[in-house]
Amino acid sequence: MDFTTFLIQILNSLQYGLLLFLVASGLTLVFGIMGIINLAHGSFYMVGAYLAFALTSLTGNLMLSIALGIPLAFVFGALLEWLLFAHLYKRDHLEQVLLTYGLILIFEELRSLAVGDDVHGVDIPALFSASIPLSDTLSYPVYRILISVVCLVLAGALWWLMQRTRLGMMIRAGSHDRDMVQALGIDINLLYRTVFALGVVLAALAGMLAAPISSVYPGMGSSVLIISFVIVVIGGIGSVWGALVAALLIGFADTFGKVLLPDLAGLAVYLVMAVVLLWRPEGIFKKG
Amino acid sequence: MNPQTNSRGLMVAKVVVLAALLAFPLVGSAFYTEMVAKVLVMAIFAMSLDLLVGFTGLVSLGHAAYFGIAAYAVALLTPKYDPANLWIALPASVLGAALAAFVIGLFVLRTKGIYFIMVTLAFAQMAYYVFHDTALGGGSDGIYINFKPDAAIAGWAPFDLNEPMHMYYFIVGMLVLVFAFLTLLLRSPFGKVLVGIRSNEHRMQSLGYATFRYKLAAFTVAGALAGVAGFLYGVLFGFVTPEYLSWHQSGNVLMMVILGGMGNLVGAVLGAFAFIGLQEVFSGWTKHWQLLMGGVIVAAVLFMPGGLSALPRRLYKKFKEERIHG
Repeated sequence: MDFTTFLIQILNSLQYGLLLFLVASGLTLVFGIMGIINLAHGSFYMVGAYLAFALTSLTGNLMLSIALGIPLAFVFGALLEWLLFAHLYKRDHLEQVLLTYGLILIFEELRSLAVGDDVHGVDIPALFSASIPLSDTLSYPVYRILISVVCLVLAGALWWLMQRTRLGMMIRAGSHDRDMVQALGIDINLLYRTVFALGVVLAALAGMLAAPISSVYPGMGSSVLIISFVIVVIGGIGSVWGALVAALLIGFADTFGKVLLPDLAGLAVYLVMAVVLLWRPEGIFKKG
Repeated sequence: MNPQTNSRGLMVAKVVVLAALLAFPLVGSAFYTEMVAKVLVMAIFAMSLDLLVGFTGLVSLGHAAYFGIAAYAVALLTPKYDPANLWIALPASVLGAALAAFVIGLFVLRTKGIYFIMVTLAFAQMAYYVFHDTALGGGSDGIYINFKPDAAIAGWAPFDLNEPMHMYYFIVGMLVLVFAFLTLLLRSPFGKVLVGIRSNEHRMQSLGYATFRYKLAAFTVAGALAGVAGFLYGVLFGFVTPEYLSWHQSGNVLMMVILGGMGNLVGAVLGAFAFIGLQEVFSGWTKHWQLLMGGVIVAAVLFMPGGLSALPRRLYKKFKEERIHG
């Protein structure tokens, strides 16, 4: 592997890792704060990708579609929380696993009913379709850099929201003592609904951004779901920092696994997990 | 209803069900016989998971790994143009599954609760990719088992698995064996310790039990029994694919356990019947049967805590409450 190829793999790892962080941050947020283990989180990623596909077919512009898709995803998440997830807070993990497993089947079939089982492509917006030359023969697409930047900015925004704003303070307090926060006059139900919808938006946004790169296909939520679980577990459940570090780790493991060990590429990620958990059974950044 | 008549009633019910299972191929068509055989294999699989989830309190979302490993073991042990020897292939497959469960158990049992759920899932994915990505497992197409294992012992064949009836009764026999084995295991002091771990692991530790070893033993036994089911499934249908190890398969078997009612071997069998029954009915109605299946799962969690086997008790309780309060 010459230096330019190596550099491209590094950039790919970063881009993939940051995208995974976007999905995993929603997952770990919902678990860390609301105590819900949500297997349907990958479906939100899929919903996002299909939303990007559907809206782009309508508007002809991915960026506009994403701008429209984010509020749609938020409303979708809030509705879902109100209808189903609000009933799960007091239930044990097993029941949450089951209900959200049932949801995966439902979302997958609804997707099949609505848009069929074909693979669809989404065009990269003309504005970002260029490539930056790295050497005479190799260049790196601008769109991938854009994804990385957007994800980094969102990671920062999430940190700022949680650590530096009043809303973040209420959310953090709510995860420790729901009743106390309620007693202080804060509408905890609304707060939880917002957090959940935010988690849905993060996953859906990742799906929308990934749509032009990975195309849009049935079962795309499932693979991302498992990887994000791995990330959340490695990082330490509930830790957004942990999710970021773990997502980058997994991004590198997966990308370089594919280059160095093409036959066992799928395994690399899980090997990393096994090693980390042998070292720290509760993840790198255990919370509390 | 006092407990004694209750248990006698249950005994009678078990005998009736067994008699019905034994008589079924005589009245049912070949198609339905194979379907019931499939349900019974899944019932063994569900019972093996119930040992973990229902009795030991370990929610594994990767139990399909051991099922699939045993199925692949029999496929790999079967030569291309000859049958494998049943008396070697069966123990070898089950041992393979048990060994995998033991090694994976060493890792996953270090974690608890939600970590355990996720880590079992991730290890099963690892096993999935081993068979999916390498030449060993024939890729995503899987492997055909061209010949069912040969049951001959020194030239004498007590039965022939190529005969659908023999295959069916072999599966019923295995179901009864596994059921009896688990019943005895759970009644033994070992089983009592497992149930103790489920209700309070710290207390068991302070009583002096090395709970990790007990959990590892339970995990290994459950893996071995899932291996029995995987072996039978591979032999029954004559092929294996990586899907056998997929997390959907793990989810389905967990669903069977919950649907039937956890911590109850009869419930696991009931759950397998209910799940595959629904699957058959729904897939007869529509190509999008998973939509209905998902709906049933969601509804079952929301409206039927405790599963099918708790339903009579819950209805009875409700009836009594209404008589008192109403």
